[in-house]
Amino acid sequence: MATTRFRTLNTPFGKTLRTVLGASLLGTSLLAASGLAQAQDMKTVAITQIVEHPALDAVYQGIKDELADEGFKEGENLKVMHESAQGNQAIAAQIARKFVGDQPDVIVAIATPSAQTVAAAAHDIPVVFSAVTDPVGAKLVKSLDKPGANITGVSDMLPIDKHLDMLQRVMPNAKRIGTVYNPGEANAVSLVNLLDERLKARGLTLEKAAATKTSEVLGAARSLVGKVDAIYLTTDNTVISAAEAVISVGERADIPVFAADTATVERGAVAALGFNYYNHGRQTGKMVARILNGASTADMPVETMDQLDLYVNPAAAKEMGITLSDDLIKDAKEVVKNDK
Amino acid sequence: MLSEIAFFGALETGLIYGLVAFAIYLSFRVLDFPDLTVDGSFPLGAAVAAVLIIHGWNPWIATGAAILAGMAAGAVTALLNVKLKILNLLASILTMIALYSVNLRVMGRPNIALLSEDTVLTPWYDLGLAYHQVPVLLFSIVIVVALVLLWRFMKSETGLAMRATGANPRMARAQGIATGGMIVLGVALSNGLVGLAGALFAQSQGAADVTMGVGVIVIGLASLIGGEAIVTPSTVFRALIACVVGAILYRLAIAFALNADVLGLQAQDLNLITAVLVTLAIVLPGVRTNIAAKFSRNKA
Repeated sequence: MATTRFRTLNTPFGKTLRTVLGASLLGTSLLAASGLAQAQDMKTVAITQIVEHPALDAVYQGIKDELADEGFKEGENLKVMHESAQGNQAIAAQIARKFVGDQPDVIVAIATPSAQTVAAAAHDIPVVFSAVTDPVGAKLVKSLDKPGANITGVSDMLPIDKHLDMLQRVMPNAKRIGTVYNPGEANAVSLVNLLDERLKARGLTLEKAAATKTSEVLGAARSLVGKVDAIYLTTDNTVISAAEAVISVGERADIPVFAADTATVERGAVAALGFNYYNHGRQTGKMVARILNGASTADMPVETMDQLDLYVNPAAAKEMGITLSDDLIKDAKEVVKNDK
Repeated sequence: MLSEIAFFGALETGLIYGLVAFAIYLSFRVLDFPDLTVDGSFPLGAAVAAVLIIHGWNPWIATGAAILAGMAAGAVTALLNVKLKILNLLASILTMIALYSVNLRVMGRPNIALLSEDTVLTPWYDLGLAYHQVPVLLFSIVIVVALVLLWRFMKSETGLAMRATGANPRMARAQGIATGGMIVLGVALSNGLVGLAGALFAQSQGAADVTMGVGVIVIGLASLIGGEAIVTPSTVFRALIACVVGAILYRLAIAFALNADVLGLQAQDLNLITAVLVTLAIVLPGVRTNIAAKFSRNKA
């Protein structure tokens, strides 16, 4: 019956093609034996990242710059391999396998999904993760103090308490805080849960608005109007990509928007005590350099961000109906002058 | 060039996506039902298996549950089409987007790590093989079993009725086949296979993530078409073999694309290189056939 429909593609070369295919498969496995030929003092660092994105790209740049400052110059005594999975996890898995097969000195994995695929594949190569919010929840390490195995890294868990201190310093009367987040993003969800817990401890309430993609951010931000006194944005990738949507709602409805990363202040948020992913990458680079110099991952606790800078944007504050006090502006490391 | 571990990694992912290609063959080719549910049923299988595993269930039972969950998702799509008369493509899109929320509900969070849990692979690591060879061995067994079962099914009376439904629904109905039931069964089976693939993928990659279904349909289709171009699918058995060959070749193409840095290509070029390689894999055999046809005409 239905078999006739398959006959159309019949080719007299079927057999030949299969032979060619078989031969090429055999060829690849033979080629597998030839590894990386490299000089004795040449170190190799393989960096995998789940997707290209301004924050994650900044991490990558920070790692390379820090390694250069530590004396590992690309092309001279350092070979850097870099792959992005372009958001596809099956490709992330293959990148992990490729890197493990190439036997570099250190594998760096940027963001949670990439780190998990590398952790599943690498059994003896040192792995340093970066931009992972909850390394214990992601089962990358047993505990932050004692990672235990071949994996350690830098967590981008936000110092939420310090951020809320800053927010309350600017707006002491704010009672209801709103946030927009992507319920499908692992990092964002752990941050929002933590935010909820910390706000409750301060007697404040959290109003959440979900956006599963950038096009939904505007609607989600609008749903907060009338329900909140201020909006605080975490480092949610989806929301930060569309931060302008939240900021425009904040300007129109006079709801001040605070951010967790400094770049968003430059785009029109009131203030951030941040967190800059380039420095995050530099901190990661330091750990990588220590491993290249012979340190063992088992002795290296997971680090969190140690450098926080206050960025303020007085013009944006005015747009959103508040004035920043002079001593806050004096404390700021960077006062953003242009409005947006 | 390719390292041994990268090569086995490509085989491992290829074998898992071979199951997806079987599923696409069932829906697109056998039933003529363009089904995009797979982008949702793949992470659904992963989610169900991961949740059950972290609650201490046997990983094989968890994987079985993932198959059932996938089948349920497929049945929903088919019922939307058969009972509510919603266009098949639209019905599958509706189920696919609904599954995003369902998957988040099932997992309770966007990512469940399985890195330190017992999975279907755990006992196999004691066989003394290298770490990267174990998944390839197990998944080869799984795909051979799936292939044989599907092949036998396609030759059974129900299988023949299903093929008739796809080939000519009016004729099938005239022969007394309940075509609606066949569509429900076929699309459910197809998504059950995808659920299985998702469950195995989560267990070999160390985590289930709600975003892992992105592009599954495209990869599955590319595998199917690429495979059909190389292994001529003149019989059901050959068509199934084509699925596996196509899926593995697709993964090898990506592994080569990842190794293309010698050509001055960079990470962001990966999708383009992949598209070019897949296009070549699909087109080249056709070109050869055309040349052959020209030559034979000249002789005649």
